[in-house]
Amino acid sequence: MIVLRGRGIVGGCVEGEALVTHETISGWGGIDPMTGTIIETRHELRGQSFKDKVLVFPGAKGSSGWSNAFHMTRLTKSAPLAMIFNQMTTKIALGAVVTRVPAVTELDQDPLTLIETGDWVRVDGDRGVVEITKAAQKRKSRCDRAAL
Amino acid sequence: MILADDEKAMLDGAGGIAKQKAMELLVRYAKALGAERFVDTSNIAGVPGSSTLFLQKYFEEHGGDGSFEAVFSLYDLDAGEVMSVPRANGNCCHLQGGMDLEHFTELGMTPEAMLHQRADEAELARHGVQIMKTCTPYLAGNLPLRGEHCAWMESSAVVYCNSVIGARTNTEGRESTSAAMLTGKIPDWGFHRNEYRHATHLIEVETPVESVMDWGMLGYFIGEAVEESIPVLTGAIRRADPLRHKHCGASAASSGGVEMYHIVGVTPEAATLEMALAGRKPLVTIKYGAAERRRVYETLNANGRDRNIDYVMLGCPHASIDQFRDVADLLDGKKVKTHLWMFTSRAVKTVADISGFTKKIEDAGGIVMTDTCSAIARAVPKGTKVVALDSAKQTHYLPAMVGVEAWFGTTEDCINAALTGRWSGELR
Repeated sequence: MIVLRGRGIVGGCVEGEALVTHETISGWGGIDPMTGTIIETRHELRGQSFKDKVLVFPGAKGSSGWSNAFHMTRLTKSAPLAMIFNQMTTKIALGAVVTRVPAVTELDQDPLTLIETGDWVRVDGDRGVVEITKAAQKRKSRCDRAAL
Repeated sequence: MILADDEKAMLDGAGGIAKQKAMELLVRYAKALGAERFVDTSNIAGVPGSSTLFLQKYFEEHGGDGSFEAVFSLYDLDAGEVMSVPRANGNCCHLQGGMDLEHFTELGMTPEAMLHQRADEAELARHGVQIMKTCTPYLAGNLPLRGEHCAWMESSAVVYCNSVIGARTNTEGRESTSAAMLTGKIPDWGFHRNEYRHATHLIEVETPVESVMDWGMLGYFIGEAVEESIPVLTGAIRRADPLRHKHCGASAASSGGVEMYHIVGVTPEAATLEMALAGRKPLVTIKYGAAERRRVYETLNANGRDRNIDYVMLGCPHASIDQFRDVADLLDGKKVKTHLWMFTSRAVKTVADISGFTKKIEDAGGIVMTDTCSAIARAVPKGTKVVALDSAKQTHYLPAMVGVEAWFGTTEDCINAALTGRWSGELR
């Protein structure tokens, strides 16, 4: 298991399957908030949904409607399970806060190179810790269910 | 975080529950950013209480109703209860909205949605918010001073505010601007701080940039080249004016996340190259020449196949009064064969009306609308397959959002397309 340490910006502890992109994500005009699907024309994840996935991405881009678009996914139950990202911006800080899912950044190693889509990832937003179990070695829950 | 006395008092509930919830949200946001304090702001541009039918129905089923105060409490402030919302602090305006109240049918909106928007506007007025309804507040009566701390949404307005005016704002969101309207506070982070506003990337412009289309293409190039960084531009950039900056910034904030750019000798924080770079060497130097210009043009037109045009859309970002004069002159005494919609703010439309520009456009068969645009309203004339646009930003967003082909060119190319029904634009 690989352990990364950083700064949690939204608390809570969850674990689930990772969805990784090396491209920044647009909120308004870039995702469909009703389904959590990436819709941006030239995006590598176009057509894929982050609903209930641990979304691992460089950061946010595009319109100031970013927080609103991700806030909507919370209402439609299409939000990601957690967010792991590298570049801090006002869009992503506000977006993570109102989506209210555990979110971690400023990790001591690059999550984009260590995490692949399909890996099992535990995100502890209270302590700023990310634990990665590679897809080949999936193991059972270590999260404290009571803490959810 | 270091909180001032008035901020602590609001958190303790001294200003009432709505201000307390707004302050709580701002603290969560500031801590996520890693900000150490707040700055005072009395210039806020957002979309307070704005709601779609989805939001209205959602909150009817989840602890409220579809009213302004319910949406503002439960959604904007992310509070768990519906509260009485006090009047806004300071100079607050509502940015673009979902529909033109007169032409809502053309936009595919229902009378029910139109009536809801009217009710929301009455609530905005009651809460002391200016109903500006535009993505270009700086052309419609909200023009901050250099150095003024603002809390603005709308990426094209943010980049204009920082770059052209020299006022200070991050790209705020709906929730943070709504919270700032009640508290007069926003995190002291990013563009509010001197050290954050310097350029890291140098762009040397080697091909002349003079027309509005060229300024838009230069912006589109900048966004792709620097992504979220701050560039400084030197070289053959001519005829700087508000219209050209409007198109440059809007496209730079669409192809990338540019929130500020400098042009040496033009923008206020770039009297010299050294000043823009804070005396440092650029991390990257990038050339914009004839080949780069052609590549941007081809990228923007990559989606166009069929040259038979159904719809010409103008006014992204919302048209300025000089654009109205130009379009009215081009259409004077003629008839369009396609749909032609031109979008602007209510303030500019008022001047266009009394100047006779609106009538010339309408006599030619066009429609002038306010508040929104095709991308925001997700609305094009019925049956539209191919559109012609003079905005790189709209060209970036509209095809994916409504499933159409798009051609990008000058305003003259677009008017020619409207008059003939055929696209004949090319890079000149």
